[in-house]
Amino acid sequence: MNEINGIIAIWYREFKVFLREKSRIIASIVNPILWLLIFGGGLGSNVSITGINYQTFIYPGILIQAVLFSSIFFGVYIVWDRKIDFLKEVLVAPISRTSIFIGKIIGGATDALIQSLILLLIGIIFGKLGIIPGLQFGLIAFFISLIILLITTTSMVSIGLIIGSRMESPEGFQLITSFLLFPIFFLSGALFPINKLPAWLAPLTFIDPLTYAVDSLRNVILGTSQFTLSFDLGIITLFSIVIIIIGTFAFEKMKV
Amino acid sequence: MNIIETFNLRKEYDSLVALDNLNLQIEEGEIFGLLGPNGAGKTTTLMTLTTLIKPTSGTAKVNGFDIVREPSSVRKSIGIVFQDPSSDDILTGYENLKLHGMLYSMPVTLREQRIKEVLKLVDLEDRKDDQVKKYSGGMRRRLEIARGLMHHPKVLFLDEPTLGLDPQSRENIWKYIEHLSNEEKISLILTTHYMEEVDRLCGKLAIIDKGKIVALDSPSNLKRIIGGDVVIMKINNLDLEVMRRFPFIKNIESKNGLYYLTVINASENLQQIFQAAGKVESVEIHSPTLNDVFLHFTGREIREESPEGGWGQRVMNLRSNK
Ligand SMILES: Nc1ncnc2c1ncn2[C@@H]1O[C@H](COP(=O)(O)OP(=O)(O)OP(=O)(O)O)[C@@H](O)[C@H]1O
Ligand SMILES: [Mg+2]
Repeated sequence: MNEINGIIAIWYREFKVFLREKSRIIASIVNPILWLLIFGGGLGSNVSITGINYQTFIYPGILIQAVLFSSIFFGVYIVWDRKIDFLKEVLVAPISRTSIFIGKIIGGATDALIQSLILLLIGIIFGKLGIIPGLQFGLIAFFISLIILLITTTSMVSIGLIIGSRMESPEGFQLITSFLLFPIFFLSGALFPINKLPAWLAPLTFIDPLTYAVDSLRNVILGTSQFTLSFDLGIITLFSIVIIIIGTFAFEKMKV
Repeated sequence: MNIIETFNLRKEYDSLVALDNLNLQIEEGEIFGLLGPNGAGKTTTLMTLTTLIKPTSGTAKVNGFDIVREPSSVRKSIGIVFQDPSSDDILTGYENLKLHGMLYSMPVTLREQRIKEVLKLVDLEDRKDDQVKKYSGGMRRRLEIARGLMHHPKVLFLDEPTLGLDPQSRENIWKYIEHLSNEEKISLILTTHYMEEVDRLCGKLAIIDKGKIVALDSPSNLKRIIGGDVVIMKINNLDLEVMRRFPFIKNIESKNGLYYLTVINASENLQQIFQAAGKVESVEIHSPTLNDVFLHFTGREIREESPEGGWGQRVMNLRSNK
């Protein structure tokens, strides 16, 4: 019971902070829209992929990108907690490190889920208005997409937290994560199809766990994919579990 | 029964020894003071006892639990007010307290009642819904004390609890600490630079210097060690030979151009000292304070910045007299 209360406490705090940081919420919505409209629109005027308008094609990838960036970035808050010494207050409380970690994951996942919800709604609206031509998906696709995004966010929040648990400064955190973020993002096929990759690129793409998240989302929203949905879901779920286990160890070793 | 017991507790940072095989027993229910200059190892002691840092070697028991092997049982028994601000300044005062109550699994009604109680104590009721970043330093300090007191642990650690507070707030906190000790049977361990705080609150006192305990007793017993009144004189060239011949002068030290004499029955013997000493620029006499005790054991004065000036009860400026 103590542990559950502790998890709720950590989540309560993360959520309060989230609601108070308006600029963070706005940026997490506006950035993906700019990607869709400007990058997607610009390239889309000349490119279409297997008959799908490019803007529509990258929509699932942009959802993943949005969740990826905000989830991993969430890890910086633990560096911040350490810097403002709030971490001491949490670490000295009678709850386990694992509960703190889980509370943090739920906190980060809540943020990403709200963000996903808004971006999915925007997708539906943009599709209906013809701003993103041909983007159309129903209620079932909507909910399965949310679940995919949720599984993805738990692993990405965990990665952010693992890095954050080791870092002393927000700058250091930023440096490490940007080294990580861009390869994971670009290799995931968020911006290109992965069925006709050059031989040197294919293996890199296939070891990127995010590839399967993008592929499953494309499957659900656009009806086109490289692998089966259950295969994709299996991979991303397995990856999340492994990362969460690594994360609990990282938190056990974390210093104030 | 000992609520805290340390066994050769040692903490090293690279080559620096922050705690040098500390052996300490603290009895249940008492208010225990830890006094020491900057860098003495007070905070390190508290951080180790509260399981936030691991000792390099040795261990300690808090409420019967081993800090290395049973850290979570230790954490269930304790509360701490940290030396540095550790509240979340994006949250309001109330939210910080609520969060604390949640972390400690307090039942909702008790939590809300206690929040009211401690907010009143630290006089922050009308600022409770302001974000902590809008608080002054003293207000934030008071909020964090309120937070530490909120869940009534078995052992409460306070790292310089009243540093930087105005006299009235300090008085309020002292009263509440006394109340906690008397009524709730909480054991309190506090570090401080304020002599009055120790005098007022602590039944036992340890003086710590360079990671070692150099003295441990009740404040009054420690003062008795000095064995006389303290006379501080400003004078050019005191003839030490002459002074040493007086049987009632127990000790003479000179520091920063002042002479510190330990004198038995100073009020009776002062005249003789003056006659022998010649032209005295100024003199101050007091019965031994903890500051003198501190000086005696560490060879240094503690940083004294109390607004009431814990020093000299009687200051006489004899410049014009003699
Ligand atoms: N993280 C650390 N790394 C290296 N040295 C440290 C660290 N923390 C403390 N120290 C050193 O350990 C010694 C004891 O520090 P500590 O903070 O316990 O002193 P303190 O008695 O609380 O002093 P103050 O009155 O200034 O609060 C100091 O010499 C300090 O420089
Ligand atoms: Mg300290």
